[in-house]
Order: sequence, then C-alpha cells, then structure tokens
Amino acid sequence: MADQKTAIEEKGLLRFLTCGSVDDGKSTLIGHLLFDCDEVSEDGLARLHAQSKSGGRAGDALDYSLLVDGLMAEREQGITIDVAYRYFSTPKRKFIVADTPGHEQYTRNMATGASNSDLAILLVDARKGLQIQTKRHSKIVSLMGIRHLVLAVNKMDLVDYDQTVFDTIASDYTDFAQKLGDCAVQAIPLSALNGDNISARSAAMDWYSGPTLRDHLEMVDITQDQKQSAFRLPVQLVNRPDASFRGYSGTVCAGSVSVGDAVRVGPTGELSRIASILTPDGEAKIAYNGDAVTVTLTDERDISRGNVLAAADDPPPVSDQFAAHIIWMHPKPLLPGRQLQLRLGAQSVNAAVTELKYVINYEDNSHNAGKVLGFNETGYCNLALDQPVVFDTFENNRDMGSFILVDKLSNETVGAGMIVFGLRRADNVHWQAMDVSKQARAALKGQKPCILWFTGLSGSGKSTVANILEKRLLARGCHTYLLDGDNVRHGLNRDLGFTDADRVENIRRIAEVSKLMVDAGLLVMVSFISPFRSERRQARQMVEDSEFVEVFVDTPLEICEARDVKGLYKKARAGEIKNFTGIDSPYEPPEHAEIHLHAGERTPEDLAEDIFRALEEKGIA
Amino acid sequence: MILREVAAQFEKPVLMYSIGKDSAVLLHLAMKAFAPGKPPFALLHVDTGWKFRKMITFRDELMQSLGLDLIVHTNTAGAEAGISPFTHGSARYTDVMKTEALKEALSHHRFDVAIGGARRDEEASRAKERIFSFRSANHRWDAKNQRPELWNLLNGRINVGESVRAFPMSNWTELDVWNYIEAENIPLVPLYFAARRPVVERDGMLVMVDDDRMPLEPGEKAKDRMVRFRTLGCYPLTGAIESEAVNVAQIIEELSNSRLSERANRAIDHDESGSMEKKKQEGYF
Repeated sequence: MADQKTAIEEKGLLRFLTCGSVDDGKSTLIGHLLFDCDEVSEDGLARLHAQSKSGGRAGDALDYSLLVDGLMAEREQGITIDVAYRYFSTPKRKFIVADTPGHEQYTRNMATGASNSDLAILLVDARKGLQIQTKRHSKIVSLMGIRHLVLAVNKMDLVDYDQTVFDTIASDYTDFAQKLGDCAVQAIPLSALNGDNISARSAAMDWYSGPTLRDHLEMVDITQDQKQSAFRLPVQLVNRPDASFRGYSGTVCAGSVSVGDAVRVGPTGELSRIASILTPDGEAKIAYNGDAVTVTLTDERDISRGNVLAAADDPPPVSDQFAAHIIWMHPKPLLPGRQLQLRLGAQSVNAAVTELKYVINYEDNSHNAGKVLGFNETGYCNLALDQPVVFDTFENNRDMGSFILVDKLSNETVGAGMIVFGLRRADNVHWQAMDVSKQARAALKGQKPCILWFTGLSGSGKSTVANILEKRLLARGCHTYLLDGDNVRHGLNRDLGFTDADRVENIRRIAEVSKLMVDAGLLVMVSFISPFRSERRQARQMVEDSEFVEVFVDTPLEICEARDVKGLYKKARAGEIKNFTGIDSPYEPPEHAEIHLHAGERTPEDLAEDIFRALEEKGIA
Repeated sequence: MILREVAAQFEKPVLMYSIGKDSAVLLHLAMKAFAPGKPPFALLHVDTGWKFRKMITFRDELMQSLGLDLIVHTNTAGAEAGISPFTHGSARYTDVMKTEALKEALSHHRFDVAIGGARRDEEASRAKERIFSFRSANHRWDAKNQRPELWNLLNGRINVGESVRAFPMSNWTELDVWNYIEAENIPLVPLYFAARRPVVERDGMLVMVDDDRMPLEPGEKAKDRMVRFRTLGCYPLTGAIESEAVNVAQIIEELSNSRLSERANRAIDHDESGSMEKKKQEGYF
C-alpha cells in the first residue's frame, strides 16, 4: 500500500467518501463527477445508455448512478448496499472515492469507508432537509477523525433553485456541526442529476458564490490533519531468512527514523539502536511516515510481531485497560463482559468491555445510559485486555489508536474502536506471586482439580444429577464443591437479572470463582443453564485444557416443560417471566461437550453413574 | 504491507501467478517485501491449456531466473473431456477450466489464502471486493455479507477449511500499474507491446490465431495487423487492440488518451450483465 502511495503523492491524493440518507442521490453524484472528469470509457458509456433504458430511474435521461452501483442486487433495488471504490483524477489531483450505503442496516460499511478517508461529502435532499442519518453519519465521520465536511444540498432543481431553502439547511447544519468538534464545513447547493455546481457553475444559482464541488475537492488542504508525533514502527513480521539476518518489517506510522537512532521496544521497554534500514528501493539512511521498511538493530532483542519500535525518548503508552469509542457493527448487540478478540495494529489479544459508560444519541449529540450496545450504535466504554498492548490515543495517531473487535466463534469483524485514553490503574495493579502452587494444593488432596460444567435447559436435571454425583465423589474421598445457579443468584450475583448482558456477567463471575476453586485444588461442579456458547468457551479458556469438562444435560424442551418443577415454564408461557431460556431466549447447545447425556427418560442416578465412569476414565475420580 | 500481513496471519499462503502484468507487479512487490529473504509462499498458475504460447515461455524463463518454484495446475478431467472455448462457449469453458480448476488446486494443496492481483478499478463487482475477501469452505463469495475493513486492520481469522482471497493491489489503477512497471523496469510478456500478429475479427473482437486449434469460419482469414493486448488470458477469449505502442512509455501515453475500459476486450465479462459477479460468487478470482 505504502509503495503505491509514494508514487502518486506528488500529484496529491484525496480519499473521500459520500454519505447521506437513502435516495439522496449519492451514486448519481459520483457517477456525474466521473462523467465530468472524462473517466467514463466508451464501452462504459454504451453500457450506461443501454442500462438507463432498461432499468434506469431517470426516465429518458442518463441514469448516472448506474456507473457506480455495481452489484446485481443493487441495480435491481436501486440502492447501494456495499462500499464501492472508484478511482479518478483531474489534472490537479488524484481521487479515491468510497461510495457508501445510506440504509441504516449498512451503516457499518459507511464507517468502513470513513476509516480511510480525509474528507466526507454529506448529501442532503433539499426538499427534506437534515435527517437523522445525516447527523448519524456526521457524528461517525467526525469520531473517525475526518476534519473536512462538505454539505452537498442536492436536488436543488426540485426546489426551484431557491436560495432560502439552501440557506436554512446550511445554517441548521452549521449549528449541529459546532458540537462535532474541530471540523471545517463547506456547504454547496447542487443538482447531481443536471450537473449544477458539480464541475461547472450553475447558471440557475447565481446567488451562490462559493466553489463548485470539483473545485473544492481539488483545492482542500489535508496536510495539517495528522498530528506530528514521534517515530513509531509496528512490527508486522520478523524477517529471518537465515541465521545471519534478523530484520523487523513494518510500515512507519508516525515520525521518521535514521540509522543510529535510539529506539525503545514496546511493550518490554528495552533499548537499542537502528543498525540498518531496508526500503523497497534498497538500503536507506532514513525512513519516513508511510514507508514500508525492514530494519535491523545493533543488539539482539526478543522482538516479535505486534511489538512496536518507537522513539526512545517518547515511547507510546502500554496498558491492559483503556477507554474507547466503539461503533458496533453486528445485529447481535455488544454485551459487556463477553470476550472478543481485539486487533490493534499487528497485536491480537482477548478483550472484554468492562463498562459501557454511555451510548451516543445521534440526534442531539447527548449521552444515554445503556446496558448493551446495539447494531450501528456508538458507545463510550472501558475495555480490559488479557495482556497489555502498545498504543497511542486515536487523536494522536490513527494507526496506533484504532482497533477492531472480532467475534471469536464466527470470526466476523463486529466492532471498531478508537482509543480515547489509557487507564492508569492497569499500571498499578500487579499480580502477587504466590509460593504455594495449584499443584501443591492438589497433591495434598491427592486429586486432579477440574471444573465439571453442567449446561442444559431449566428443569433438565442438572442440579439433581450434580448433587448425586457430588455424593458419590465425596464417598470416594474427593474434595468437591457444587456451585448452583439459583443459589449463587441469592448472594454473589444478587444484583443481576436475566437480560443477555446480565447472563454474560453472571457466567463470567461464576467462571472466575470456579477458576479460584480449581486453583485451590478442588473438583468444582457448576450447575448453570449457561445458554451461550461464547461464555462457556470463555470459562473453558480460563483453565488448562484438561481441567474443563463440559457436561451437556440434553433433555428435550417438552420433557423439561412437562416436569416444570419450579412452575417457571408456566409463568414464562403466560408472559410473566421475560427472557426465559428455551421460550423467548435462545439456548445454544454445545458442539463438543466432553460428556453428552441424552437425558429425558433416564433416572438421575443412572446419569450420575455415567459421568462418574467417564471421570474414572479421565483419571479424575 | 498487505503482503506481509498475509504472510503473518496465515499458515499456507499461495500467490496466484497468472503471467499477466498485474501478476508481474505482484511478484515484484513480494520479492521486495521479504527481501533479503524470498517470499514465504508458494506460487500457483492455473493453466487452462489455451494460454498464449509466449506466456508459457515467459513464465518458465522468469521462474528460472528468480529461482522460484511454481505449481502449475490444470483441470485434467476437463482437458481430457476436450473442453474448449470454441466448442463449449466461453461461460462453460471458464467455469470448468478456470473456476473449477482453481478450486481444485486450492483444496488439494490446502492453501488457506490465495493472493491475487485483481484491482477494484477493473470491473464493477470487483470494486466491492475486500482486501481480505472471505471464502466459505466451498469457495463461495457472499458479497452482501462481507467483513468490514477499517483503517489498515485486516481480519484474516478463519476456521479450518475456509479461506481468504487477498488483493494487495486493490487500490491500484491500470495507470498506476504501468507507471510502476516503468519505474521499476519490470519484465513483461512481449504480447503487451505492439507487433504484427495474425488476427481475425470476430464479433467485433480481434482474436489472435495463436495455434492451429482455432477453427476458422468459412471466409475468415488471419490477417497480420499491428496489435497489442491490454490484458492477457486465454487467447480465444482475449481481444487485441490496434496499437503502435511498442514500449512502456508509449503505452502510458496511449492509456492516458484511451476512451475504452481495460476489460472491454475480455469475452467472459460480456456473457451477460452481472456476469463477473456470478463467476466470483462461484469461486472465480
């Protein structure tokens, strides 16, 4: 990427995106811009003429949006559903434009387009004025560090090119944009369909004296946007083709570095000096921001992918907790406490939101309290990681201050985050080293400690079976403890309800307690509905592989409901209990449980016996 | 940077080498990205058996001079069945000899990522490709459900059997490619440069008669014309353009003035509207 950047930077590259509500005319605007800049080829034009006739929405005129909407589904529905990138240039500048969707469910794609842009064009339909989406998109692009906004008031032809319409919208927007922080706004009245004020001045709007859209795009100065900061080189790859060479490859994302400069390695804090710099054009004395390089150091240091080489006198902070803005991009909401993979530069760690401080209300920029973060919402959160990362704040450095969140089961990218600041307390809470180990405690009891995690629907017989099993283990001389869902909710988890967010936190606490008990050398039986796969997996990951035995008490819903020992199903069916697992809240059965009990008609004694034998085989009982 | 990310995130990467100019640039970038070492991945060429002969010669010579090993894969079942672009039509031929062959090769070698030289400026559905584009275990592309790509953060996390297509040159344009070829003096197949070649005109396309497998229609006769190719693929499906450009500088000059798109002469893109998107969903590059 960087090699290509340098080739075109002399000419000046502007990356921008277009956003706005549905049918505001984004694709038409870009199509027209491409057309005016002579970027449409003859065969493209021939296709455009043909398609305008068969499926265009501009009547007999050319439908410029067809030049941009690439996917079949988009042409059929006449909307943009994904980010499309277009490349064009004028004699003054080269452009990459991201055409992003207006529909609410595709807001995540808009954020994607914004993440790599310097400027945003916000389209507004002159007849409709500012919409929620306009404000939402403005908020997202400003959060993402875009400092140049163009308010394109489109469809002026449909309001008779009336200046008062434009002035009202422009001043409304200026009021709103003041709350967004440090943004430059340029409002332009235009008609994407007829080409007014796109590259040629509009004769119909002689009252407008500002630049045309193309003029503005060509002239806007973006060189001051990124703050100057000290040298940073995130190590992507250790290059070690043979024993004689050990280089660290990556792209410089801030400052510059010369041969002989002192550098500090994050997160270890070790010092060394740059011995050599290899660029795509061979050896060099100095490397600048944006250069893809491989460097060698004067000393042997233990450096791997994810470490950061930085200016020795101005190293980036290191922390395992920070506060960040998160844009959530998945239909299933973000649940605080649930473990996700966090990717920041070349670093990958486990992370969970520990506190959702507020959800941003796009309409008036206010803050709402929330327990979960829904699809397309932006929240301000604290995050805790399972190991420290090297970072900068997003304000200081886009590359070192941005991260994505990845779902550990589906591997989808579910969120994007921007670091506001590191949390100090992480620096001050250290692990206390203990002299007596888990092994020593277990050896004294003569047993292999582990967690037996019972999962299954309410009424499936988990607690009954666990209870019988514990008696058998006790008779065998094992040291055990049984954590029961209902009992724990009377004490430790008294403050939690039954929403998805609370269920996640419920399981997280139980998993932590079980882990402490395994550390104490006990056989811990956990009897919890624990409906979600990702929390069971999280519990599993807290202990050694051999220390976690998942027991799936697989009793069909009909049987559980027929038993209805506690009368809960009846209440749930009557709507008196909300979020009841199996009724109006999902149960995700385990895929690879160590012990799978096909319960149903069998007696609890039988089932407990099955588990006991399986434990004998594993050398646990 | 993207190539390095591929090497770091995946276990068994492969670089798709198609012999064309984009592949040449890709390979050149890879040699640089891992210098002084060699690129840590295999090279694969899906050979349909209908490539220009000069492409194959060029390929073999280049591999030898770089000291790289190339895996050449052909859909043998298809070749034995005699699948040909002339008798079976370009759509069916592409499906069997390109898409199927590619999937076969990727599955056989258990590659978890395939690096390609495709660019977003080539074709409308390619404009929507991610840089890391996820493929299901049976190589399908779900265009509506792609992973968002923010900043430079590429998510290459996959399960066993699934794979990713990586496109490091997504943001390059055709002109960028030529400028880079000129700046770096990258060797290319001579077919990119104008010369007198035997061609017939068919459905408005100039097809070069590269060997005697090409059946000539009654009244058709190969004529020598000054032509070159903007893209290279299988000779029966790749149209030439009339040109006098015999070196890179003249090509750049010609492109700056051109009013035709790059793939205008590729038959497979014109089979029907949205044809590239359909091929891509099925696993075509």
